Amino acid sequence: MSTTQLENLAAALKDVLGDKLVGLQTHFGEITIIVRAEDIITACTNLRDNSKLRFDTLIDLCGIDYSTYGDELSAKHDLRNKRFAVIYHLLSVEKNYRLRIRVLAENNEFPVVDSVTEIWPAANWFEREAFDLYGIVFTGHPDLRRILTDYGFIGNPFRKDFPITGHVEMRYDAEQKRVIYQPVTIEPREITPLVIREEHYGDCES
Amino acid sequence: MAEIRNYTMNFGPQHPAAHGVLRLVLELDGEVVKRADPHIGLLHRATEKLAENKTYLQSVPYMDRLDYVSMMVNEHAYVMAIEKLLQIEVPLRAQYIRVMFDEITRILNHLLWIGAHALDVGAMTMFLYAFREREDLMDCYEAVSGARLHAAYYRPGGVYRDLPDTMPKYQASKIHNEKQTRIRNANREGSLLDFIEDFTNRFPAYVDEYETLLTDNRIWKQRLVDIGVVSPERAKALGFTGPMLRGSGVEWDLRKKQPYEVYDRLDFDIPIGVNGDCYDRYLVRMEEFRQSNRIIKQCVDWLRKTPGPVITDNHKIAPPSRINMKQNMEEMIHHFKLFSEGFHVPPGEAYVAVEHPKGEFGIYLVSNGANKPYRLKIRAPGFAHLAALDEMSTGHMISDVVAIIGTQDIVFGEIDR
Repeated sequence: MSTTQLENLAAALKDVLGDKLVGLQTHFGEITIIVRAEDIITACTNLRDNSKLRFDTLIDLCGIDYSTYGDELSAKHDLRNKRFAVIYHLLSVEKNYRLRIRVLAENNEFPVVDSVTEIWPAANWFEREAFDLYGIVFTGHPDLRRILTDYGFIGNPFRKDFPITGHVEMRYDAEQKRVIYQPVTIEPREITPLVIREEHYGDCES
Repeated sequence: MAEIRNYTMNFGPQHPAAHGVLRLVLELDGEVVKRADPHIGLLHRATEKLAENKTYLQSVPYMDRLDYVSMMVNEHAYVMAIEKLLQIEVPLRAQYIRVMFDEITRILNHLLWIGAHALDVGAMTMFLYAFREREDLMDCYEAVSGARLHAAYYRPGGVYRDLPDTMPKYQASKIHNEKQTRIRNANREGSLLDFIEDFTNRFPAYVDEYETLLTDNRIWKQRLVDIGVVSPERAKALGFTGPMLRGSGVEWDLRKKQPYEVYDRLDFDIPIGVNGDCYDRYLVRMEEFRQSNRIIKQCVDWLRKTPGPVITDNHKIAPPSRINMKQNMEEMIHHFKLFSEGFHVPPGEAYVAVEHPKGEFGIYLVSNGANKPYRLKIRAPGFAHLAALDEMSTGHMISDVVAIIGTQDIVFGEIDR
């Protein structure tokens, strides 16, 4: 989005949301706003219906697990030791605006956020996906079932503490003559190590 | 009087009209659908989780496998997200090559869609015709990347290599003798650009051919007109994008409204529908064939005239040339670090969307400064479209469900991820 468009959008957001708006960041030409979990329904309804904004499409909704994000970044984004967040990406077809909303779930053990299916029906499957992969519960969702994982799957695979190999593997058992589940037999391994460099690593001395 | 009750029927996952592995639980009243409950996830590979455990470069080939009929466009969104976080410039020639291959991919995707859609509805010939043209375009893929499907051609900072000066040729065999082979190779004598230009000259006639088969065909119209009608407001609320949204009459195309790469320098039109039924969406996609063809022509013209680099010369992100790598210690180190540790992306988050043949394909990338993404979310257009299947098919006959799946252009690689 162009700079004037960003300024217009930021001004309109401050105007429309008022004290519901906890934080507003602009980076790479994208606006991210932070809204408290209890305000999400009122905030989203305003964003959709206000004639200055008209966010008529929910493009994407996803969960995120901030547990290994790093202390410095967590402090910078003011995560307040919250582990789970829901990220909404909105699009206004009429005004040609895009917006990202970050909502932190209050409880780290049992993350709960209100469902926005009443506002945008598109949220239905996206919320089921976030529930499936991260275990975030959306109150008011009409049909909160698992969606991507197998029938009878246990756990929330996209949480950072879930191993990439999973916990169980499936094989055909010749004796029992059926497919069985058993604990994984492969060793976890990391081919390319995760590296975070300190700031200005490799810069020439000035 | 006999007892009348609703039936629950299982459709798929191995049904030829299920386009892969869709399991659909249909609640039927006679032959009328009361409720459709798609069960997805049978092709779930946790691409997003895998990407968190791989360097940025190692995930590029995974993008091909998302929507496996429009490979390069998936890569495009992913590399653009990385470029946005890295804040690097892509050479202009690389941008034109990307746009040209995006449009080739759009034609490839729509060809598969029209073939499969017509086959579902009962027209066999379309499938054979569409695959004849797909063959030529996949040869372009092969010429440029070495692979017919999973190209891994777009890289952060540009494209992997420049367009080749020669096209691979057919060889004489038991089936095709020398003379026939010469005829088949006639348009392969020049460079890749010559071959693509020859294709763009032939293609409009092919689209006319498809249209004579389908557009006024009585059976085709009986099966598509007034099936799966979606109003513009409802389409937006349901998260529709791309031809599904334009079929409902909403003028929305990211190539025009939020142009990326060089789309703002090219001349093309956006077709939109009126009624929002399957037939309008068919007409929209048919016109997109012609518009994509126009864009490719313009790109070919530009690429012929303007040579230049196709990948950034920042060797912290893109590898140095092989010759330099073998002769220069500095370049050797760059090469080694790039393919072992990978490059680091500064902390931040970005969402990048491209106009994918199926709709808006988005990549939401969160980085914490490591050599691997912290979170990668893939916004697949088909996911939102399939979620609306229940609403679109309720009240229709069971055979219309097949037409609606066809019009949604479902591919499970991207929906299940």
